[in-house]
Amino acid sequence: MATKAIVGTKIGMTQVWDDDNRVVPVTVLSVSPCRVVQIKTPESDGYSAIQVTFGTRDPSRLTRPEAGHFDGAGVPPGRKVLELRLDDVSEYAVGQQIGADLWASGEKVDVTAVSKGRGFTGVMKRHGFKGQPAGHGAHKVHRKPGAIGQCATPSRVFKGKKLPGRSGAARVTTLNLEVVKSDFEAEVMLVRGSVPGPAGGTVVVRDAVKAA
Amino acid sequence: MNPTDLVDIASLRDDVPDFAPGDTLKVHVKVMEGNRSRTQVFEGVVIRRQGSGVRETFTVRKVSFGVGVERTFPVHSPVIDRIEPVTRGDVRRAKLYYLRDRIGKAAKVKEKRHN
Repeated sequence: MATKAIVGTKIGMTQVWDDDNRVVPVTVLSVSPCRVVQIKTPESDGYSAIQVTFGTRDPSRLTRPEAGHFDGAGVPPGRKVLELRLDDVSEYAVGQQIGADLWASGEKVDVTAVSKGRGFTGVMKRHGFKGQPAGHGAHKVHRKPGAIGQCATPSRVFKGKKLPGRSGAARVTTLNLEVVKSDFEAEVMLVRGSVPGPAGGTVVVRDAVKAA
Repeated sequence: MNPTDLVDIASLRDDVPDFAPGDTLKVHVKVMEGNRSRTQVFEGVVIRRQGSGVRETFTVRKVSFGVGVERTFPVHSPVIDRIEPVTRGDVRRAKLYYLRDRIGKAAKVKEKRHN
């Protein structure tokens, strides 16, 4: 499991130049300091995690239970409350702030977010099927899946058969992205490559669990 | 205004001269040889300038030993030492791809007259 993590917002993609004057494609993440609201330990909760919030929210907009939860922690209310599962939470305290200085350039991270929703899509987009020929007598079947099973035996379609349907809008993790820059003052993190989800979406950054 | 401008602003150069397609430029390019750096001049006609912000690029075309050579540079690339405009061209379009089909005198771009 991860040893450190932070919540941010995807701003968009751009490019920067590295020391060898090569272009590096980067995703810009805005990482305002996260505030620890609660600490979950194996003794009390059966697993270890820190519950954090970030950004600001009008206190009058909170429900009473939410307000009480933030009050109890002595933390100003934030936009969302998220849990970050970590190996060891003994170094964290309620009210502590976690910022972009958590990361150094060159570190590998995993980024988790909800991917862009694609709506109802066919099998070519959804599952990467090859489709059918463009010509050679193919008629109105170019993007269809083809056969989906056998005949009288089993006279049904197997469960889990890949078919058209709603796709996207799922929790996706991109592994082993390099941190190009992490600026605590500007509350900005640059990660090499692309990150799931739309600009403005919430992302969770943790250290790479499968780093080579 | 792009949301990523706060990052891009650090990579933008402020020493880019004003130039447009049709102009002849001397592009001084930094070349690394081992750990020694020197500059090389690439001189030719700008046939294209596209994009905006950090992603903006321009293409310079020259004919070298009878072979057309085109090089595309990011406008804000740190590889460029400096850009030196030589002449202003008088052209009627933004993309001068028609120069590729022309040889010799026909491939010349008219110089802009100043009154």
